[in-house]
Amino acid sequence: MIAELIEAVAKILFIFGVNMGFFAPILGWVERKQSAVMQDRVGANRADILGFTLIGLLHPLTDTIKILTKEDFIPAGANKLFHTLAPFISLTPALITFAVIPFGGQYEIFGHRINLVIADLDVGILFIFAFASLATYGTVLAGWSSNNNWSFLGGLRAAAQMLSYEVAMGLSIIGIIMVYGSLRLTEIGAMQENFLRWGIFLQPVGFILFLTCAIAENKRVPFDIPEAETEIVAGYFTEYSSMKFIMFWMAEFLEVVTISGIVTTLFLGAWHLPFVSSEKLLSLFGFAGPNLSIVLLMLTNIVTFFAKIIFMIWLQMTIRWTLPRFRYDQIMKLGWKILLPISLINIFITGLVVLLK
Amino acid sequence: MTDLAKNLHTEHMVINMGPSHPVTHGTVKFLVTLDGETIVDFYVEIGYLHRGFEKMCENSTWEQVFPYTDRLNYLSPIINNVGYALAVEKLIGIDTPERCKYIRVITSELSRMADHYTNIAASALELGALTAFLYFVEARELVWDLLESFCGARLTSNYIRIGGLKNDLPDGFKEDTKEVFKRCRELWVDVDKLLTKNRIFLDRMRDIGIMPPDEAIAWGFTGPCLRASGVPYDVRKAQPYLVYDKMNFEIPIGETGDNFDRYLVRMEELNQSMRIVEQALEELPSGPINVDIPEYRWQSKDDIYTKIESLIFHFKTVTGGIRVPPGEVYFPVEGANGELGFYLVSDGNGKPYKCRVRPPCFPLTAAMPRMVKGALIADIVPTFDMVHMIGGECDR
Amino acid sequence: MTAMESITLKKLKEKFPDSIVDTHSFRGDETATVKKEKIIEICKFLRDDNELLYNFMMDLTAVDYYGREPRFEVVYHFYSLKYNRRVRLKVPVPESDCTVDSIISVWIGADWFEREAYDLYGIIFNGHPNLKRILLYEGFEGHPLRKDYPVRGRQPLIGPKN
Repeated sequence: MIAELIEAVAKILFIFGVNMGFFAPILGWVERKQSAVMQDRVGANRADILGFTLIGLLHPLTDTIKILTKEDFIPAGANKLFHTLAPFISLTPALITFAVIPFGGQYEIFGHRINLVIADLDVGILFIFAFASLATYGTVLAGWSSNNNWSFLGGLRAAAQMLSYEVAMGLSIIGIIMVYGSLRLTEIGAMQENFLRWGIFLQPVGFILFLTCAIAENKRVPFDIPEAETEIVAGYFTEYSSMKFIMFWMAEFLEVVTISGIVTTLFLGAWHLPFVSSEKLLSLFGFAGPNLSIVLLMLTNIVTFFAKIIFMIWLQMTIRWTLPRFRYDQIMKLGWKILLPISLINIFITGLVVLLK
Repeated sequence: MTDLAKNLHTEHMVINMGPSHPVTHGTVKFLVTLDGETIVDFYVEIGYLHRGFEKMCENSTWEQVFPYTDRLNYLSPIINNVGYALAVEKLIGIDTPERCKYIRVITSELSRMADHYTNIAASALELGALTAFLYFVEARELVWDLLESFCGARLTSNYIRIGGLKNDLPDGFKEDTKEVFKRCRELWVDVDKLLTKNRIFLDRMRDIGIMPPDEAIAWGFTGPCLRASGVPYDVRKAQPYLVYDKMNFEIPIGETGDNFDRYLVRMEELNQSMRIVEQALEELPSGPINVDIPEYRWQSKDDIYTKIESLIFHFKTVTGGIRVPPGEVYFPVEGANGELGFYLVSDGNGKPYKCRVRPPCFPLTAAMPRMVKGALIADIVPTFDMVHMIGGECDR
Repeated sequence: MTAMESITLKKLKEKFPDSIVDTHSFRGDETATVKKEKIIEICKFLRDDNELLYNFMMDLTAVDYYGREPRFEVVYHFYSLKYNRRVRLKVPVPESDCTVDSIISVWIGADWFEREAYDLYGIIFNGHPNLKRILLYEGFEGHPLRKDYPVRGRQPLIGPKN
């Protein structure tokens, strides 16, 4: 009982720590540095402690201090409750969805079974979608409660865009559910041990559809019309400052991580190394004894999983710094007239293949 | 039911875009009436950068006007300098030496490049493509380095003088230019790859802000925006000044007159400008850069310090201004954004009686409502970028 | 060249013998001073005549000849794309009747130029649909490009006092 409790707390702390302590602050730095590399610039490199700049790694720290000490401004005429609530509603789903994403397999160490997922729900995917749609409320509320025309337009755009893309995103994932026959993410992950059984090979169209919809859902370039700064200033968070402002950013960054996590689990073989099965790894680690070899295997899997996540983050950042943004009607057209029919066709073809096999 | 209908009434949303809105880079205000996302009414309010250019000029000597012209279109200041200098020279009736003309062409074209780089870069930025922006900003920096190498300033160059130039080109300018152009061409290819065939960029630019040729003419369009509508009017070709008639270059024209054509015209003009600069540097004759008329162009410092006549002329022209004969002239040059005309009236005193600029972006900005009405709010961005309104020039 | 260029002035004189006050060609700039009553007809003629076709209204401004009568001159610059020619039209406007007909019906692009001339010189353009200040703000007193406006003229503060 105690051991299970410790295990659960440890896992939560690990995921929470990795997300809030590592990804959320570091992604701001990554984004700045990666864009700098792409654009022939130096990027963030000014903040220093005793002259050590650590290639700009201190910037997240200074940013945090700066943001925490800024005035938290609520505009006149704004709905104070919802204005304050909105960033929390945006941030929470991004964090919670990680509860069902497995970051490793199941291991038997010292007679204790460890399942490397916080909540091994049998409706894992549905859980993710349920909470992802909750995030919409955050942006819509932020846009509406700010009492600002720009925010209002941004909120409207966000609502339309996120609802539209949720449909296509949900349908894009049906293919993978049909192929693996499960909604449980740990099972889907476990079934991808064979490199050629990775989701990306079984569902290539589904992968592209899901990634596109997910980026759209996350409102990043090229789908960042709810916050398109040249059109509607900053969209739904025009009137936000201080920590609340950064919470929207953290939500966005964490959603990048979450998307990467889902994509990794569903399409990129979850925690498995390509071409190297767990048995082979175990025999490789055989020198360390039965228990320690499993610990080593577990660590390898966790590292593999996060390496894949980092690769996906890199991919999303590259997309973000390459493309211009769509127009509102073009986004809608893309969502309803292109992505949705393709995902339906994808389901149909997948169904045929599954049926005939 | 009636209550419901009353409560569900809809109305147009009126929003102030600007003067401190991210898209209004030149400080301008749009009063936009929106029906959802569609623009129902559009009203442009300018004048936020008005600083009384003409009044200042009327109270300065003819030479003192140059720094003010720098601040008209601050992205291509040398073209403004050249335009003003040529207008004054026309009024006086003097001709500059051949080398001066070549250098004026070279510097004008470099300025034009800087202007077009900024325009395309800013458009990309405002459509969300920050990477293309920084590529062209790098190219612009290189061009500005060149400008800095001969006039010491990057933005407000104040390089041209009546009857000549401030100074000659530095040694090794040709080699520097060659190197810079090599890098500029690489960056051009990069940006071309990032934007020209980019489906999103294409969708945002194509068929937005269409201006048919006859309407463009009626609105007074000139420059890249007019040429994008398919009207091949370029002052450099139509009424060549300086040595443009000796240069071998083409003026690109568009077909539909939409924003994408305007972008393509500017991209191609970058290449043509490079061509002109390379030719001019190749053919650059040696010789003096200033006219030898001490009433209008200062003598060299050596002469001023050693010869009494030069000192007297210098004293006279610096204190009282040069004496421009009475009369009036209009002189157009091809600015980066269209026809940049100077209309000067002189009453024979040391100061301009009237110094009027025909700002190329003024009629373009005036046509903004015509181009965006009925479009979506997001279409303001590419249209306004391609109009390329420069506050300093539009408001003067 | 001169023979070719003078065709504009010749045709103008033929067509509007009463309205043309003076013509000259200083430094090659063809200039016609015309009476203000017929400015719209003259502009239409310049634009539509097959041998002229001045389809561009390049510039419109005013000059204040302070101390001279008539005091103001509205100056138009036209350009013909087809014949690659320019012409300048000057319309004297007395201070007592500081109005001239708007040519916005001939060239829609004249809109802002006329507003600017109104703003800076105080010349009223009859028939202009929206003759408001453009570069200066509503509530500005006087017209700054008039020669009798002081160089260091101060304006009263407007807007909320604080």
